[in-house]
Formats: sequence, structure tokens, C-alpha cells
Amino acid sequence: MEELLKVNDVSMIFGGLRAVSNFTMEINKGELVGLIGPNGAGKTTAFNMLTGVYNPSEGEITFEGKLVNGKKPYQVTAMGMARTFQNIRLFSELTVIDNVKIAYNMHVQYSLAEAVCRFGRYFNEEESITKKAIELLKIFKLDRFKDEMAKNLPYGEQRRLEIARALATEPKLLLLDEPAAGMNPQETHELMEMIRWIRKEFDLSILLIEHDMSLVMGVCERLYVLEYGFCIAKGLPDEIKHNKRVIEAYLGEEVS
Amino acid sequence: MNSIKKHDLATLGACAVLFAIVQTLLFVDFIGPFWELNIILILINVILSVSLNLINGYTGQFSIGHAGFLAVGAYTGAIITVKLGLPFELALVVGTLSSALLGFLIGLPTLRLNGDYLAIATLGLGEIIRICILNIEYVGGASGLMGIPRFTTFAWAFWITIFVIFVIKNFKNSAPGRCCLAIRENEIAAETMGIDTTKYKVMAFTIGAGFAGTAGVLFAHYFYIAHPASFTFMRSFDILTMVVLGGLGSMTGAITGAVLLTAISAALAEYPEWRMVIYSLTLIILMINRPQGLFGSKELSLKMFGLGGSHNGRATESK
Ligand SMILES: Nc1ncnc2c1ncn2[C@@H]1O[C@H](COP(=O)(O)OP(=O)(O)O)[C@@H](O)[C@H]1O
Ligand SMILES: [Mg+2]
Repeated sequence: MEELLKVNDVSMIFGGLRAVSNFTMEINKGELVGLIGPNGAGKTTAFNMLTGVYNPSEGEITFEGKLVNGKKPYQVTAMGMARTFQNIRLFSELTVIDNVKIAYNMHVQYSLAEAVCRFGRYFNEEESITKKAIELLKIFKLDRFKDEMAKNLPYGEQRRLEIARALATEPKLLLLDEPAAGMNPQETHELMEMIRWIRKEFDLSILLIEHDMSLVMGVCERLYVLEYGFCIAKGLPDEIKHNKRVIEAYLGEEVS
Repeated sequence: MNSIKKHDLATLGACAVLFAIVQTLLFVDFIGPFWELNIILILINVILSVSLNLINGYTGQFSIGHAGFLAVGAYTGAIITVKLGLPFELALVVGTLSSALLGFLIGLPTLRLNGDYLAIATLGLGEIIRICILNIEYVGGASGLMGIPRFTTFAWAFWITIFVIFVIKNFKNSAPGRCCLAIRENEIAAETMGIDTTKYKVMAFTIGAGFAGTAGVLFAHYFYIAHPASFTFMRSFDILTMVVLGGLGSMTGAITGAVLLTAISAALAEYPEWRMVIYSLTLIILMINRPQGLFGSKELSLKMFGLGGSHNGRATESK
């Protein structure tokens, strides 16, 4: 199997707090991997390091053999990683279609002069971007909202739009931060089906964060479990389900 | 996409008609010198507010030093015509480019700051430019640079304004323009969508500064003089008021704001003691009733009144 992402002994230290400690993980091409753990375990922090929002305090991250440390988020996106956010971060005052079109900007060839004076590649490229954006919106059943402001979408649709927008950057690895947060069981079930389908259809790898363990069991092929910044377990869903440390970690959460 | 071209041509046609009407009225002296002066001033202010709207409204960077760039354009333009005796066209180009260059150089470090810090930095910048000019004897120091020929005509001012509006409108409706809007909406999300945020902030700032420079050249070549007192913090604040009044992020709003405030100010010229009172009152009333500005971030269009156009929702493109 071809290795896509390698996280080697990575830590993130905020003052006296080790939000993530000596975390090691690898993701191969085409895999659907889950990163789970109770609230505050350091999952989002791990994502932020992978995507260049934070620079790891220790350790090394490589993507397709290239170093990620020290890269800015837009450079990481250009390398082929795209993400969504736990607390939705859409371009809320812009239309749904513009949200997606913005994500295509990396693939735009025309120059500033062509854009401003409207000649050359401008019209053709704009047309193809619009077409691609509409196709993507159709896949996510969002095309009928295309001229709606993103902030006016129902919650579930906003979550789907965020995934669509991330896919528009044409990533090799898609990172989803609690995409099911705030969804009802029916929506969640559909979402999980969709994630599986996206992976196949777009031929990419997915790393999924979720704090509700039962959710990811059915979708993910491998799991990593974080607690207080430490990786307490990794393996197949069945192994994780019966792991004592994991059960304790989650029991602790349910009691509190 | 063809509909965009058609739409552009129609707008351009309407502009030509408007131009012909005003030009005729000026020619037959129906519009006297006082209102001619104010029409030119309105056009200059439209350029200023539309270019500031690109920075503050579209890109969401709070800049309040626009008068500084206006000054740079006015003085460099005047140096070209007065000191070097070169043509006005060259003054326009050089005035624009030097302002843009300064915007670029200043933008690189300051646009890394955000919110209040950027505002303070740009405010300081405007004052630094003014005080530098004040102390340069070559351009007349405190008494200003005098004897500038009146090259700015209604035609120049009008068509340059239209040009600036079209450039900024086209910019907004292109990939780089959308990147600026994305930065305004959510900088972190923009960055994770592969947008080099610093690059686009500097780009918008440079274009906006450049056009303020253009306005400066027109300004100096209409009023015969470039004087440091014309480029104080209050001038920056005036421009900002126009943009905010019209609605941050709305091109038609910025235009309306500039026209409205300049016209009110002109109409009250005969009552200097009432001028500031009514001016402030207008602002207060508007801000109480429409804190988001006249148009919010929307654009004024015929569709707003339910007239004309297609019925499939919003227009493919906003002005
Ligand atoms: N920027 C930051 N500065 C300081 N502490 C932070 C920062 N970001 C996260 N943390 C802390 O790191 C820990 C892990 O947070 P997070 O990664 O958001 O958890 P999770 O996503 O697993 O719920 C928490 O204790 C949180 O308070
Ligand atoms: Mg989290």
C-alpha cells in the first residue's frame, strides 16, 4: 500500500499544556481512517497541525514524502489536503455557488489583466468553473440553493456545503472534523453513507474526526483513539470496541 | 457569459448618454461653474469611495489612510506637469503607479495586522505622508504646490471614473476578486481553501491605493493647487463615511454615498454655519435607521424594484 500521510512523533504544546503528545499515525492511499476520542482530547489540534494552522512543537509530518511542518494552510491545501471545520466556517454572506467557486481558485489560469479587462482565458475558464461548481452542488443535492446566501441554508445543508467546498480544491486527502455534529440520527446515517461514497467516487483518502464512537465503527477501516493528547489505542474497529483503555476513557466521559 | 458582455455594453451605452447630456448642459452653460466644480468633485469622490470600498468593503481590511494615497497622486502628478513639463496623460499614469507602489510597499507589512491595528497603521501612514510633504521644499512645503494647469475636464473625470468602476467591478467578479471576498468572510477558511491571503490583501490594497492616486492627479489638475491641508485625516474620514453610508461592500452604495454627501455638502455651501450640522444630522439619522448603510452589502439594480430582468433569482453577476 502506498503511504500518503505520515505523522511522526508529533506534539503540540500550548504553554504548559500538551494538547497532543507524541502522536504517530499513517494514512495510506484510499483508506478511510477515524480519529476518535472524548471532547478536549486533542483531535482538532491534531487537524490544525496537519493543515498548517498550527506548526507542531515537536515531530514531523510528511505528505507524499514532502514535509508539512512550517507550511502555511494554503500551501498545505495546494499539496492536496483539504478540510472542514468542527464549527462551520462557510463564507456566509456569499452565495452557495460562490462558496464552491472560491475553492477552485487554485486551478484558475487567467491573469489579473485578463480578469479585469475580460479577454483571453477569462470567459472560458469562468464558464468551466461555474459548470464544475454546479456539478459538485448537484452531487450534494445543493444545486437548488445555488444562488442562496450560505448563511440561509439549513444546518445539515451547511455541513454538506462545507464538504463540497473542500472537495472543490481537488484534494487527495479529505479531513472531516466532526461532520455529524448537530445532526439528527437520520441525517448522520445519510452522512456516513455519503462519506463512504465520496471516497470511492472521488478516489481519495479520508480522515474523519468523531467523538461519538458508535458512529465511526461502521464506516472507518482503522481507528486512532486520543485521550488527553495521548494516543491510547489504534487498530481495527473491532479491536477498539473491546479495548479496555478505550472503554474506560469513554465511560469516564459518560459519567462526567 | 454572453449576457455579461451584453450587460456591460448596455451599461456603457447608458454612461455615454449620461455623459452627452451633462456635457451639453455644461456647453450651453445651463450648469454654471459652481456646479461644474461640484460635479468634478463628485466624480473624484466616487473614484475614492469605490477604491476604498475595494479594500474595506470587499476585502474586509479596515484602512483609514486613503487621503495619503490621494496626496501622493496629486503631488507626483503635479511634479510631472509643473516641474517636468510633461503631458497630463503621463501624470495620470505616474500618479496612479506611484500611489500603487506605495500601497504595495506599505501593504506588505501592515496587512499582516488585523482589525484595529491595521486601522491605526493606515491612519498613521496618512499622517506621515502629509507631514513628509509639508517638509519637502521642492513641492512647496506648507504653502503647497501652486500653478498647476487645469487639465482635468469633465470628460477626463467622467471617463476615468467609469473606467475605475469597471475595473473594480470586473475584479470583484473574477477569481482574485472572489478570493478577496472570501478573506472578508472568513480568513481561516479562505486560507484552507488554498488562498494566499496576504497576496490578495496586498493586491486589493495596491489597486485601491493606485486609484486613489488617480483621483489625486485629477484633483490637483482641477484646483490649480496641491496643498497639504487638503489631505488631512478628515479627508480620509470623509471618504470612509461615503463608503459606510452607502453600505460597506456595495459598489452602487459607495457611488451613491459619494454623490449624496458631496451634493449635500455643495448645496449647503451658502450656509456655512449650518453645513456641518445638517451634514452630521443626515449621517446620524441614516446610521440609526440603516446601520448597515443605505444598501447593506447588496447592489442597487432594476430588479430591486421588481423591474425587468430574468426571474430565476439573482442576476448572474452583480455590479
Ligand atoms: N490555541 C489554543 N491555545 C491553548 N489551548 C488550546 C488551543 N487549542 C486547543 N487547546 C486545548 O487543547 C486541548 C484539545 O483541544 P481540541 O483539540 O479542540 O480537542 P477536541 O477537538 O478533541 O475536542 C483542549 O484542552 C483545549 O483547551
Ligand atoms: Mg474538536
